[in-house]
Amino acid sequence: MSATWTITRLTWHELVRRRLVLALLICTVGVIGLTGWGFAKVPGLHDHGQRLTPGEIRVIAAQLLILVMFMFSFVLALTCAFLAAPAIAGDWESGVALALLARPLRRGELLCGRWLGLALPAVAYTALAVALEFGVARWTTGYVPRQPVVAVAALAAEGLVLLTLTLALSTRLATVTAAVIAVVGFGAMWMGGIAGAFGQVFHNGAISTVGTVTHLLLPTDGMWRAATFALEPRLFAAQAAAHAGAGAFEAASGPTPAYLAFVGAWALGVLGLAWVSLRGREP
Amino acid sequence: MTDRASAPTGASPAIHTVGLAKRYGSQVALAGLTMTVPRGLVFGFLGPNGAGKTTAVKLLLGLARPTSGEGLVLGAPVGDVAVRGRVGYLPELFRYQGWMRAREVLGLHLRLGHQPRPTWAAAIDDALRTVGLAGRGDDRVQTFSKGMQQRLGLAVALIGRPELVVLDEPTSALDPVGRHDVRQVIRRLRDRGTAVFLNSHLLTEVEQVCDRVAVIDRGRVVGEGPLATLLGGGAVRVRCTGLEAGALERLQAFGPASAADGWLAWAGLDHERVPDLVARLVAEGARVYQVDVTQTTLEERFLQLLAPS
Repeated sequence: MSATWTITRLTWHELVRRRLVLALLICTVGVIGLTGWGFAKVPGLHDHGQRLTPGEIRVIAAQLLILVMFMFSFVLALTCAFLAAPAIAGDWESGVALALLARPLRRGELLCGRWLGLALPAVAYTALAVALEFGVARWTTGYVPRQPVVAVAALAAEGLVLLTLTLALSTRLATVTAAVIAVVGFGAMWMGGIAGAFGQVFHNGAISTVGTVTHLLLPTDGMWRAATFALEPRLFAAQAAAHAGAGAFEAASGPTPAYLAFVGAWALGVLGLAWVSLRGREP
Repeated sequence: MTDRASAPTGASPAIHTVGLAKRYGSQVALAGLTMTVPRGLVFGFLGPNGAGKTTAVKLLLGLARPTSGEGLVLGAPVGDVAVRGRVGYLPELFRYQGWMRAREVLGLHLRLGHQPRPTWAAAIDDALRTVGLAGRGDDRVQTFSKGMQQRLGLAVALIGRPELVVLDEPTSALDPVGRHDVRQVIRRLRDRGTAVFLNSHLLTEVEQVCDRVAVIDRGRVVGEGPLATLLGGGAVRVRCTGLEAGALERLQAFGPASAADGWLAWAGLDHERVPDLVARLVAEGARVYQVDVTQTTLEERFLQLLAPS
């Protein structure tokens, strides 16, 4: 465990020394400030000369919040992919791995250390940034998501899923290749999720299956749907249920416990494959 | 050097391999390495490009898995994780985290090597001083020249007082002063009883510091032993006249002799026997005008060993 922890700390040290943490915090504060300014404008909006009712304000705020969270989830996914891609591949490409692995350090410890070193900051950053955004939305519009903690957890899980996949790819592929595959995969799964929802609307079994397969293949869209369901008011969920949840920014239901268990198993399985891959790779 | 060549210490050799082999598909990188590196000596590991030297180093350090054969490093099977804490390694491709300070790189390797924390500061200062980087410990590695990065790599290999130090082309990026410094470091390591496994293309360098040498070609050891033994005697040429008839046959006792242009020549004659040879020539009636004694260089021996292949 001590070697794993050493690599975890090394990864954190690198994130800080390369000013990534500082850059992310500054960008996040800026974006939250801008979105907060936008949220603050909502209560003052008029419709045909009439001020919006508190219910209308909450509906608009909910829609805006989901859009902002979608943007956040996209940024988080890209950040996770671009951080994880060089985590192993970079060591191999630069030759640093030769010096590291000549020490009492197992491949599994290197892998777990890198995963923890990236996953823990990703979760912490998600919790902090999303909580701040929720706070700003509540302060300016009074809107509070239905399940804020679940939303944070789902968004973090989405990032972790992509981070895990990219790290696994990084054990065999070049940095750029791993990052590109992960990002393309993320986009493809998002599109697949939308296609699946349309398949349900039009009762098309083949297209519906696309959504199911994408949620199983790479559960990023599955986690985004879970986050959406936790973010939206009950009214939205009812409307989504009426037309079977079509669209990228609504969900008719939350994830089932079985699906959540699957996502956990998926992540462990991919990490296991990454370990097997790394064990067989020679620097 | 030669007096140390057969004086290993410790319970087990620093390295012992039997038929250690590595294949990549149909390509044989190492055909079956069998050798013993005693403790407390500087062991030169030589071979042409593609002979399997770096592959052998990677197998010994557990960075690659052997296809067949077996080996022990400091008494532990090759690939053993714990023993790596007792081995220092400077790779041929030396790269360290550019964003770290030199002191932090050394601290990382001490931490990975499970060295006690209270010893770190002194160990880091000592290592930096040894490789000539005192005063640069707080500088980031990315600001170092290639030569300074190799010096840092040497410091990484030395940190934690390892029992075995593996140096893969340790002077490839260094100027003559740096090379001299590295030779001094290697000698100091030997003096404190550390085994040094030196993989180098610079034969003159190996000749200056190594006690024993192994030459490999196409993945096999083609010559191995104490440096003096491996080099054998040198060539002796004598210009003389008046040698009695049949004397040349009698002088074959000093080894195969050849005669040409007034010179007699013996190859592989031990230098200690040169006075006896001259005395015998005089006794045989020769008038000796000139004696040339030349030592076989490692380069010559190296080329001889590789010649059949």
